[in-house]
Amino acid sequence: MINTKEKSGSRRTLEKFMKNPTAVFGVVVLLVMFIMAIFAGQIATHDPLEINPGDRLMAPGPAHWFGTDRMGRDVFSRVVYGSRISLIVGFSVVTLTSIFGTFLGLVSGYFKRLDEVIMRILDGLMAFPGLILMIMIMAVLGRSLVNVIITLAIVYVPRMARVVRGAVLVQKEQTYVEAARAIGAGPMRILFVHIPRNCIAPIIIQGTMIFAYVVLAESALSFLGVGMPPETPSWGVVISSGKVFLRRAPWISFFSGIAISLCVLALNSIGDGLRDVLDPRLNRKG
Amino acid sequence: MALVLLVVSITIFIVMHLLPGDPAAIMLGPEATNEDIAVLKAEMGLDKPVWIQFVDWTGRIVRGDLGNSIFFQNRSVPDVIADHLEATLLLTLFSLGLATVIGIFSGVVAASTHESIYDRGFMLLTSMAVAIPNFWLGLMLVLGFAIMIPILPAAGYSPLSQGVWSCLSYLVLPSITLAAGAVALIARMTRACMLDVLRNDYIRTAKAKGVRQSFVIFKHALRNAIIPVVTVIGMSFANLMGGAVVTESIFNIPGVGRLLIKSVFTRDYPVIEGVVLYIAIAWTLINLMVDIIYTLIDPRLEY
Repeated sequence: MINTKEKSGSRRTLEKFMKNPTAVFGVVVLLVMFIMAIFAGQIATHDPLEINPGDRLMAPGPAHWFGTDRMGRDVFSRVVYGSRISLIVGFSVVTLTSIFGTFLGLVSGYFKRLDEVIMRILDGLMAFPGLILMIMIMAVLGRSLVNVIITLAIVYVPRMARVVRGAVLVQKEQTYVEAARAIGAGPMRILFVHIPRNCIAPIIIQGTMIFAYVVLAESALSFLGVGMPPETPSWGVVISSGKVFLRRAPWISFFSGIAISLCVLALNSIGDGLRDVLDPRLNRKG
Repeated sequence: MALVLLVVSITIFIVMHLLPGDPAAIMLGPEATNEDIAVLKAEMGLDKPVWIQFVDWTGRIVRGDLGNSIFFQNRSVPDVIADHLEATLLLTLFSLGLATVIGIFSGVVAASTHESIYDRGFMLLTSMAVAIPNFWLGLMLVLGFAIMIPILPAAGYSPLSQGVWSCLSYLVLPSITLAAGAVALIARMTRACMLDVLRNDYIRTAKAKGVRQSFVIFKHALRNAIIPVVTVIGMSFANLMGGAVVTESIFNIPGVGRLLIKSVFTRDYPVIEGVVLYIAIAWTLINLMVDIIYTLIDPRLEY
């Protein structure tokens, strides 16, 4: 599939992407997050779950860089381990939405009859503010990592499906589809081989955006107490645990918020950068 | 619209009744015996076939019978929701007003000073506003303006009947918290659309014939740039309703959002269903209103 000409094209795209300072900033921040998540055991100075009643609510200092929470747990270590939760949830949800969303989008973009049915169902799912739907599903499923991933995937699949459907509607009118049909390619081959190759750009862009939403949504659910279980070192849980001690120990909530903001900012910058490079028509920077 | 509502109610039904998880067992808690669960199941009609449950359920919804709350001493769900409506309505409307005014104004200024320092600062600030989680922003605002500089109440709510000013003072921080993300979205959309419109010939003509700059921007350009902005404002309203859940939890505001979270914790299934249905209906109505507003702003549009 990849010939030399295409390779040089993607290299040019990469070069263009790397010339955008905000996108590069995003990549660097995200890389740091990855390293933090993978080597959390080495980077963290303490066990994120270790309870130390003697050290409770200590201010940031040399022993505890980001201070400690009400059970004497080290906030720095909890923030470092929090990157794991956010990235695991983010990746899982993006993978699930890319698979199911792309499939639904392809099918409904290509077959008019199925389009009516699939789109009505997805419209129904999108007729709820995302967070409300998530809270309702989590209320039924209960708090756990897997349930958070399932819930977020249910909520974000329609958003991916819509984007892919839009792309398919454009692509299926293209000459290459006509050419494929003329040389005898069946609808399945056109739908699952020819068209998807040309829909990869919007899927990547939308996937990055969904990743950012997911990081925010997971932390919001965990903050509200309907996401990750209470002992997990998730950024949302950590912020929530500091809420009551805002006056005495503001550091508990402070650092996790910075981590979430940086992570989302990085993902959004990468998404914008990719959009500028991959899909110049959507460029809204003016 | 009727179709959307049907799909919405089917979705709620599927989530609440068909997902793994036994509402009767969850509602009674871990100490319940199997007989207790069976009795409650029969009472709730959960022992009947699924399609009969669905017909029963839609029948009740259409008649406006959302059942009784379990936590609030068997009061009817619409009553319970009505008690919590004022705070949420005031909070979302206040935030939407704030977001619209600040968003459009700053977006217009950024577009008319394109590529200046203000414009660059604007882009940076709006990127940050989208990335910062609103619950964290809320806590930091409380830390800043209620704890370090104690000028505003840290949490709570004062009903409108107790006086407008005290009500407003309780709403300032929550509204800023809730509006931040929407301000950024509206402002960016305004800026982008204004930049598109300002390139048009008729703008150059207007400037050339000596029309005042502010008149060109607000009268000639903004009116033509506003349609996509209205869409974003409508979308923001939905996000605000979702965000209100978070904001109400931070500031302990007795609104519909906190009711939803409380009901999740007390396993008050009828209230959860009711609140979600109300919000979905509100969201659908808002979409309809946005469509109507389009035709008011731009008479060229027809449906």
